[in-house]
Amino acid sequence: MTAVRCIDLCKTYRQGDQDIKALDHLSVDIEKGEFVCLMSPSGGGKTTLLNAIGGLDIPDSGEVWIAGERIDQMSKGQLADLRLANIGFVFQAYNLIPVLTAQENVEFVMQIQGVPAAERHDKSFAILQEVGLKGLETRRPAEMSGGQQQRVAVARAIVSRPELVLADEPTANLDSKTSAELMELFTELNEHHNTTFVIATHDRRVQAYAKRLVRMLDGRIVDDIEQHAA
Amino acid sequence: MNVVLRLAWRNLWRHSRRTWLTIGAMVFSNTLLVFMISLQFGMYGLMIDNTLQVFSGHMQIQAPGYKDDQKMRQVVPDVQPLAARLRSELDSETIAARGWAFGLASSEERSYGIGIYGVEPTFESRVSNIPGLIKEGRYLEQNDAMEIVIGTMLARNLRINVGDELTILGSGLDGSFAAAVVVVAGIFDSGVREIDRNIAEMPLGTFQDVFYMNGAGHQVVLLAPDLDQAEALQTRVATMLSANDALVVQGWDELQPGVKQAIQADMSSAFFMYGILVILVAFSVLNTQLMSVLERTHEFGIVMALGLKPGRLGRLVMLETTMMGFIGLLLGAIAGALFTTWFTVNGFSYPGMEEMVAKFNLPGRVYPRATLVTMFAGPLVVFLCTLAAAIYPALRLRRLHPVEAMRTN
Ligand SMILES: Nc1ncnc2c1ncn2[C@@H]1O[C@H](COP(=O)(O)OP(=O)(O)O)[C@@H](O)[C@H]1O
Ligand SMILES: [Mg+2]
Repeated sequence: MTAVRCIDLCKTYRQGDQDIKALDHLSVDIEKGEFVCLMSPSGGGKTTLLNAIGGLDIPDSGEVWIAGERIDQMSKGQLADLRLANIGFVFQAYNLIPVLTAQENVEFVMQIQGVPAAERHDKSFAILQEVGLKGLETRRPAEMSGGQQQRVAVARAIVSRPELVLADEPTANLDSKTSAELMELFTELNEHHNTTFVIATHDRRVQAYAKRLVRMLDGRIVDDIEQHAA
Repeated sequence: MNVVLRLAWRNLWRHSRRTWLTIGAMVFSNTLLVFMISLQFGMYGLMIDNTLQVFSGHMQIQAPGYKDDQKMRQVVPDVQPLAARLRSELDSETIAARGWAFGLASSEERSYGIGIYGVEPTFESRVSNIPGLIKEGRYLEQNDAMEIVIGTMLARNLRINVGDELTILGSGLDGSFAAAVVVVAGIFDSGVREIDRNIAEMPLGTFQDVFYMNGAGHQVVLLAPDLDQAEALQTRVATMLSANDALVVQGWDELQPGVKQAIQADMSSAFFMYGILVILVAFSVLNTQLMSVLERTHEFGIVMALGLKPGRLGRLVMLETTMMGFIGLLLGAIAGALFTTWFTVNGFSYPGMEEMVAKFNLPGRVYPRATLVTMFAGPLVVFLCTLAAAIYPALRLRRLHPVEAMRTN
């Protein structure tokens, strides 16, 4: 089954009197369970593509299908529900709610999903352990290192076992040891739960974990190769 | 506990000084509102008492047409037995019978047309201040004595003094000629012009003889223990009377429409002031919430990207405002209650007031009337306006675009 299908996507931004093609007639299919790395130099269109896939931004033209449903014509509310139910997001950085503790940050999304309190508590506790944050449940973001914060964000993205995880430069603020741990966690989820991963990065260390490497340049795909995990 | 509730609560204290300042504005205005409204109602009570306790009472039993067309023949038959019956059935002493007639009062030198009231000397002092406001001489004592008390201005106009004789001329209930010579027993000073110039009181027994009343009178005056109980008493009296269809009970607002109008006029100007106060508080809340929403744009972008709908985000902001407003409501009502209660016990006075009310034979202080309504009406309005003020910042969130919001820092 196709988890993500993008057909002929175009997105143009105007900067001053210049048109920038962030997506330029881009098409790509991603099957369920794939582990894809989007590679490009900065400005290549990775974030724009992830936003289009996640329904955060609507492309100027083209179609986006998620799990067999066309999403580029959905309403804001429908898109929000889609993200809440099917997609886990990990953003570059600073994406926790500062007044909530690590565990509360993870629980917050589940509460919106309507998960009962006891289940919320157990699941958030377990997932924090899984990402290696046992004992830090009651810390607030300001009391954690960048790597720890990022792992809370990952825990929040995967706690509900979404079908699809979109991660935008998840290792940008991490040291090599922490980023290796994070990528191993992703790999494990991918293998055990068949979760589809699309990770945008220009970090060479990350690319080693990908089973499929998609290289972009100026909003187009220039290279698309399968590779075996290192 | 609910994570959303916790989030709202903690968001509130992110900038605790700002939050406290906003709450402070609410508490201040609420305290002021509670006190002002309580004082205002205390003043109204005093105004009403001033007017009603002088003469008209809280209510009167009359013939149906008497109030609008004051005629001799609009009588209450057997008025003294009726008053006596009410006194025993209601177990109240503050009930008195009266008769009324128009007559010409003549001294040796002058004549004036006046309203002559026949009153029960024993009970009149319990429904009216006039017996207590005798300046010279004494009040009436015997129900059949040939005497009269008059106001200071009338005494001056007639050039008459205590002990002098006064000739009364008028027409009796049957239309016959009524005349009597009575002695001035006392002179009262009520401080109310119309009363001091135009009214005289004589014993009801004498009055009934002179005007051929045949036991009838024109009103039974009732005074409730206080104004709050007047309405209930009026309903009770009305049901007691229903067997006797020929009579009605008129409430104080019908007897003294001027008082009600004065109160209404004062209320509208006071509530205009309160309105301005409330609007100022609402703007301070609007400002706080707008700031707090704007500075969290990035964060809101994240939670929307996670799948939170703008409507729920708006509800979060409303929830924060509700919490803040509720603290303001509670603290304000408590502070207002304490502040007001102190004056409820000790009274509130300002220069010049003592002399004014002393004239009316009443205490020289206003006692704010602290009721549930005066305690919570103001704070509740502030609370609702606070919520209304947060609607705009909450609605703004609908226009938030997650990608753009996350880009801001
Ligand atoms: N909101 C925007 N306004 C203007 N230009 C934008 C906007 N978002 C992205 N771009 C431009 O689109 C191009 C692709 O950006 P992006 O998708 O963020 O690339 P990447 O994530 O690969 O660095 C860049 O040239 C960037 O400057
Ligand atoms: Mg990017």
